[in-house]
Amino acid sequence: MSQPPVAPKSNSFGSLALIAGIAAIGAVAFGFTAGWFSPQRLTPEKIVQALAPATGPSLGHRRNHAKGICFTGAFEASGDAATLSHAAVLARGRYPVVGRFNLATADANAPDATVRVRGMGLRIVPPDGQEWRAALIDAPVFPVATPQAFYELLGASASKAPDAMKSFIGAHPEFLAFVGWAKSAPWTDSYAEEKYNSLDSFIFTDASGNEHAVRWSLVPAAAAVAISPEELGKRGADYLEQEIAKRVQGGPQKWSLVVTVANPGDPTAAPSVAWPADRRTVTAGTLIVDQVQDEADGPCRDINFDPAVLPDGMKTSDDPFPAARSAAYRVSYDLRTAEAKDYPRSAAGAKP
Amino acid sequence: MKELRFSPLQRVLHWLMAVCILAMLFIGVGMVSTVLPKYLPLVAVHKSLGIAILLLALLRIAVRLRYGAPALPADLPEPMRIAAKLSHYVFYGLMIVMPLLGWAMLSAASYPVVVFGGLHLPAIVPASDSLHTLLWGLHYSLAFVFFALILLHLSAALFHAWVRRDGVFEAMAAVD
Repeated sequence: MSQPPVAPKSNSFGSLALIAGIAAIGAVAFGFTAGWFSPQRLTPEKIVQALAPATGPSLGHRRNHAKGICFTGAFEASGDAATLSHAAVLARGRYPVVGRFNLATADANAPDATVRVRGMGLRIVPPDGQEWRAALIDAPVFPVATPQAFYELLGASASKAPDAMKSFIGAHPEFLAFVGWAKSAPWTDSYAEEKYNSLDSFIFTDASGNEHAVRWSLVPAAAAVAISPEELGKRGADYLEQEIAKRVQGGPQKWSLVVTVANPGDPTAAPSVAWPADRRTVTAGTLIVDQVQDEADGPCRDINFDPAVLPDGMKTSDDPFPAARSAAYRVSYDLRTAEAKDYPRSAAGAKP
Repeated sequence: MKELRFSPLQRVLHWLMAVCILAMLFIGVGMVSTVLPKYLPLVAVHKSLGIAILLLALLRIAVRLRYGAPALPADLPEPMRIAAKLSHYVFYGLMIVMPLLGWAMLSAASYPVVVFGGLHLPAIVPASDSLHTLLWGLHYSLAFVFFALILLHLSAALFHAWVRRDGVFEAMAAVD
């Protein structure tokens, strides 16, 4: 490698061609890695674009779960889940929380009664900085088993072809479990009455190094009050935000953080499959929401509730969604933070 | 012959960093293009490798200031001489600036910055959407500048080795 070749000077054209060839190979390898020659690759940009309604995305807002309202409060860990994970956030104590109630829609102005799925973003920050972020929804199962299928679902939903959904369901029958819930479960009249589920499975590591496959849910203290979508519609397009602000003003709202432990052999890779109801649960503590803030100026606005931000003692499982969500949320975050002028802060005088 | 070459420590640093930086750039463009589970380990490696490159670059600049560099061939045309000097300043700049931009960009977005499997780095800029946008754009664009400069550097090194045969390539070659 160090000895210069002893070719005669007259061969410099060949050398130059070889050098150009080597540089070109380098450039092509880079482009290949970047996916420029792989139009089939499922990129986070594709998912984010597929989420956009026909009228275009809500600029400055999250590309999904676009409508929401911030909250702050605390997580009071009971210490009981410390047997499952040595994460600091599960050790007995009280840790500050920033979160967000939201609707699973790409339209930041969607009327509440038009959105079936509700969600919660959560960021718990213990003093050592080993923070835990999560993004949960109220459906008991995720609609599909893989990110690729989610992308196909978005395509089928947006398609004008009459058979698009039918053929999607034919290829992804697991979707029917979600549809069954969406059609039959009662709607509630408050964010405070929803149970929010991680759906994705994660791996907790305890102090002895043993690993436990888990999912978690936030189980509300407030009793659910059923309401029809028609009745909810009559209460106004933004009723849920007004209601939760008022309710929290009247007193803190609470949820139990319930960790469900898989039995050996339970499927961890597919969030579309629920685990049997008899699985062991551990109540890790209580989420207390004691203040609600408008999102435009709120502390949740510029937080990415990336479910792959996990403290030491927790990690992702073979469920492919946290990675895909992390990638797509990042693209959404990069886009919306660059569009801040389209979603002015109210301090600037233009409250949306 | 010895004084015509970089010191062994400089050569080790050069080739070690060459591998790190190439890996870094390929991981960078690869990770942002995928939603597969490998996205998460790639991002984790990207952060740790970035901090490693920052530390190595600081060490390398200190070593360069201490040991200097072999003189360029006397017959090297002036434009090539200027290009050689300038490209090296840009290289050193990028080796320092790119990791800092990445770190600052994560800080501006309120992401935790965790490297080497558990070392939690503090935020180096305040949380800010506009700052995040600026830093992210720079980090992204400069990555392509960095890679283009590496291709130019590689081409120039091979030009010295195969066409000019003036000893410049041998000054940094990995082996004697």
